[in-house]
Amino acid sequence: MSQTITIDPVTRLEGHGKITIQLNDKGEVEDAHFHVTQVRGFERFSEGRPFYEMPSLMARICGICPVSHLIASAKACEAIMSVRIPHTAAQLRRMLNLAQMVQSHALSFFYLASPDLLLGMEADVKVRNILGVAAAKPELGRAGVGLRRFGQSIIELLGDKRVHPGWVVPGGVTEPLSSEKRDKILAMIPEAYANTGVALGAYKQIADTFKQEIEVFANFPSNYLSLINEDESIEFTDGALRLVDEGGKIIEDGMTAARFPEVIGEAVEPYSYTKFAYYKPLGYPDGSYRVGPLARLNIVKTMGTAKAEKELAEFKGLAAGLVTSSFHYHHARLVEILYGIEKIEEILSDPRILDKHVRATAGVNRLEGTGQAEAPRGVLHHHYKVDEDGKMTWANLVIATGQNNKAMNLGVLQAAKHYVKDGKFTEGMLNRVEAVVRTFDPCLSCSSHAAGQMPLLLELVASDGDVVDRVVRD
Amino acid sequence: MSVETDVKTLVIDEQEVSARAGQTILEVARENDINIPTLCHLDGLSDVGACRLCLVEIKGNNKLLPACVTAVQEGMEISTSSERLQKHRRTILELLFAERNHVCSVCVSNGHCELQTLGQEQGLTHVRLPYRNPNLSVDASNERFTVDHNRCILCTRCVRVCAEIEGAHVWDVMGRGINSLIITDLHEKWGSSTSTCTKCGKCVQVCPTGALFDKSKMGSDHPKSPDFLPYLNLMREAQ
Repeated sequence: MSQTITIDPVTRLEGHGKITIQLNDKGEVEDAHFHVTQVRGFERFSEGRPFYEMPSLMARICGICPVSHLIASAKACEAIMSVRIPHTAAQLRRMLNLAQMVQSHALSFFYLASPDLLLGMEADVKVRNILGVAAAKPELGRAGVGLRRFGQSIIELLGDKRVHPGWVVPGGVTEPLSSEKRDKILAMIPEAYANTGVALGAYKQIADTFKQEIEVFANFPSNYLSLINEDESIEFTDGALRLVDEGGKIIEDGMTAARFPEVIGEAVEPYSYTKFAYYKPLGYPDGSYRVGPLARLNIVKTMGTAKAEKELAEFKGLAAGLVTSSFHYHHARLVEILYGIEKIEEILSDPRILDKHVRATAGVNRLEGTGQAEAPRGVLHHHYKVDEDGKMTWANLVIATGQNNKAMNLGVLQAAKHYVKDGKFTEGMLNRVEAVVRTFDPCLSCSSHAAGQMPLLLELVASDGDVVDRVVRD
Repeated sequence: MSVETDVKTLVIDEQEVSARAGQTILEVARENDINIPTLCHLDGLSDVGACRLCLVEIKGNNKLLPACVTAVQEGMEISTSSERLQKHRRTILELLFAERNHVCSVCVSNGHCELQTLGQEQGLTHVRLPYRNPNLSVDASNERFTVDHNRCILCTRCVRVCAEIEGAHVWDVMGRGINSLIITDLHEKWGSSTSTCTKCGKCVQVCPTGALFDKSKMGSDHPKSPDFLPYLNLMREAQ
């Protein structure tokens, strides 16, 4: 008798999703899917709006990574306006994006992932959350809160609001940086370095105890896509995209936002509201690829900052070729946090950052525009079409989670096959299947979510629809 | 006219006040630091009594009267903030919010909007009526300004400022009741080559919401300053 195990909702993610695991007559895992169960409709309801409203409208997609949407959207608008923004504005936006990356990675690592990593996959669900971490490892709890505060405070100082700052607009930013604000940010940097040191130290101590998870957590060869600079250093805001194959060989390089729609397609599967992005010349699913911290660190040759450079060398040493286990996303996030802090310090040390010229203006000069940036979770692409008055007629967004979708599904299947045997499962086994998804830190087009405290319902359903087993976690 | 006949004495919110004949209740209340909420009224423009937010109770009269267009009379006893009035005002605001698509979070006037401010001042926490969610258009054809009918509350300040101050009378109201719509010229595009618009921007400055806005402004950087109107009137009268 075939059965289906449903994990609904999957907890400690940004957004709402569920996992189903199909078992065959022998009780072996036959297939597994990660479903995104929410639908938002942003692309549709932006139609008819003035294009310059798009950054603030699109930022509402997400409360964790609104800055990435602001930047990708503003860049698509600037393509429509055909303007190049002032250097200082570009640097200010770069800093804002890095600040968001630091706080988002801190959220992913400390609040969502660390309960599994530090307390154990089998730990009692009552304590397997950020409060449990804070009680068991107070210094790590403090470091997590501190790094979140660091990123959020910078966003607030620059954009007046921690979430959805209205500061990024088509053409640049609305206000220049004051020296007072610059000094306030610089004063926060030493503590941020110390907190990152605590996190990296703790992670490296425990990473070895997860050998089995590293082996089966979405651990397979794949293509990777990320932004990169001309000098092959890591980039989050500008630069161009590079796609490499499973051996690290470059398939596409110098990919601008305008080229993206030509080579990246989106497939649809019946079980998810999130599409599956793929590289068109290779087709679907062969052209699927991974994005995000793991992809970025696999693709870049250098971080371009001293401290992170050392960590990159250590990271690349995790495997002989490319690092293939998605478990290492956690490690990559910590390396990127360190890079973010160093880069923010570097940007602020340039006196030009206080320049007052931070905005270019123009009307509609083209009827189509594209923009791209790295969100914490990976490449983000916005593509707009407007009429001659500048009103939106069409929009398409390709988000990081859609680009990781195939890999997440394969990862869930890989872990389910390893952990669910003979139709039997325990809380700890299923938590590992969920934890695979958490390594990708997917953002299920989220604006609100519960961390760790959402109810979890597990059902074992027979082929005739009878529920044969049921576990409820409050 | 003697001085005695020119002065009216009345009571507003249990406070004895004096006024000149012909003054409205709203003028006298504001002179005496008594706040009556308004939306369609704007110092420097004629009053139309359209929004009904300034309704007040007058002793001996069962009808509620709009303070902006009701002249003071000797011996009036006026109440401006009874529970009944506050309830009516909240209902009016709920109706305004439910009628079109007021999404503050992505509006150019977020933080500078008179409708939003009034909602906060009047303690509006919920809209109990179903939202109509009409599919209204945006006219972005003017090179400098945009009109978004989704955010229009039909206060007609733009109509009045354009006709009374600028003298162009580009704006007017089309249709009736729930189908009313602010239009430019004879319902032509604002940016049409035959438009009578002088692009002075007064309508944008007096618009209490984000319905009329400057294309170069967006996000939270669009505060409006309608304070120029009384000054403009004064200087014109002085000429």
